[in-house]
Amino acid sequence: MGDMLHYEFMQNAFIAVLLVTPLFGLLSTMVVSNKMAFFADSLGHGAFTGIAVGAIVGLVSPRVSLAIFSVAFAVAITWIKTHSRASTDTVIGVFSSTAIAIGLMIMSHGGGFNKYSSFLIGDILAITKSDIVALAVVFVAVVLIWGVLFNRLLILSINAPFAMSRGISTFWVECAFASLVAVVVSISIEWVGILIINSLLVLPAAAARNVTNDVKSYTIVSVLIAMASGVAGLTIAYESDMAAGATIVTCAAVMFFVTMIMRARFIK
Amino acid sequence: MFKTILHHRASSCEDCTKLCCTKVEHFSVSFGDVEILRDVNMHVHCGQLTALIGPNGAGKSTLLRSILGAVPHTGELHYVDAKGQHTGHPLIGYVPQYLSFDVSAPVSVMDLFMAALSRRPVWFFSSHHLRARVRDDLARVRSEYLIDRRLGALSGGELQRVLLALALDPMPDLLLLDEPVSGVDHNGLELFYDILSELREKEDMAIILISHDLPLMARHADQVVLLDHHVVTSGDPQEVFSDPRTRAIFGAVI
Repeated sequence: MGDMLHYEFMQNAFIAVLLVTPLFGLLSTMVVSNKMAFFADSLGHGAFTGIAVGAIVGLVSPRVSLAIFSVAFAVAITWIKTHSRASTDTVIGVFSSTAIAIGLMIMSHGGGFNKYSSFLIGDILAITKSDIVALAVVFVAVVLIWGVLFNRLLILSINAPFAMSRGISTFWVECAFASLVAVVVSISIEWVGILIINSLLVLPAAAARNVTNDVKSYTIVSVLIAMASGVAGLTIAYESDMAAGATIVTCAAVMFFVTMIMRARFIK
Repeated sequence: MFKTILHHRASSCEDCTKLCCTKVEHFSVSFGDVEILRDVNMHVHCGQLTALIGPNGAGKSTLLRSILGAVPHTGELHYVDAKGQHTGHPLIGYVPQYLSFDVSAPVSVMDLFMAALSRRPVWFFSSHHLRARVRDDLARVRSEYLIDRRLGALSGGELQRVLLALALDPMPDLLLLDEPVSGVDHNGLELFYDILSELREKEDMAIILISHDLPLMARHADQVVLLDHHVVTSGDPQEVFSDPRTRAIFGAVI
């Protein structure tokens, strides 16, 4: 393991993992509690279209246009789901399919799909020093916003009308949370990959729920599981020459099954 | 006790201006083409328990949620306090159907209170500074021992009392309870109504409660409103339960 840190690209990858996995650990607690696994999945699809749109519009850097598109996509889903009578499932399904179809249309135009295929499985070794600075900024911003948003989100996850009786605006809190998830997805999609990004938003908290009884331990365990999966996954991927994103997710999945077996011992 | 008597007399007075009371005026709610509530009018006085009864799908929960402001509606809510000064929106406490609560998450009773009472994020800050207050809140519903329990480990009655304790901090002017005792065992039921009576008298609070337990409502309610998309009839329990329209919906009650 000391060996792999000789290479600068591995050092960058390592720092990136340590910056981004805690965010997945934090956000996943409320993705799971708010039953938003399917929503998180659709954000990956939205990001796919965001990449394609960014490539043809090209006004700003692809990453910024991706983040803007993902946030707009997340807010649109939240708005439609609040203001329409269709079920949440259906709304997300419609958006998700539309996004992936439009993304594929644009990317396949002129037979140029191959240059995008790295987004499907991700490439963690492509991370540069300047990416790390951007990740660090996002890290601080997300943690701060999470501090402001969390209590309201927690009450909302337990019962929406009750949250409203405490003066919490369902729509704005959901919008803020959806945007936060969208930003984290768009900064990490390049190296985690569209196919599996959803897993990182579900597995850490799903595993933590198996062994915790209160919010603090839920959060801490979820963050630790995400970070441990990140470090272990990256190391294994390096040693065995496999895609890092997929290996990290597999590590998190192993954690889930292990905690599931231990569940009876921990849950009061 | 004296307060209850006072307010019983007050309830016969149609005009609200000199008494603490909440007026629901011309509430209508539609979802698309479906009309859920049509021109609902209610006066609820402090220190009184108003039972909201009606068949399934009559719009009872929707009425509570629209009073809360959680459902778009037409019509107005007026609140006047005992001095006739404070007019505007009452402070509302709400206890949802506990069956609609998601208790699968690792959240303790203390966590829930901290999330509702404090701006400091529960995942980061200690809850120490709030513990005494939460203990007092829980003592009000005789449940101090539940403070560190996981929500999912509470019985129906326990969860219901915790939710009531939470709805009472800060102490509301108007308390809305949506079928608070469905699925609660007999002992839990008695305890819950004891606590409600105590609140009504001590805190001079207006309470609106949805219930399907009509005999119990006949004993505990000061006012009964029969709702079926609009107010079919309202008045004291004797009046409403002997009304032929009530009997047509529920059969003989008392």
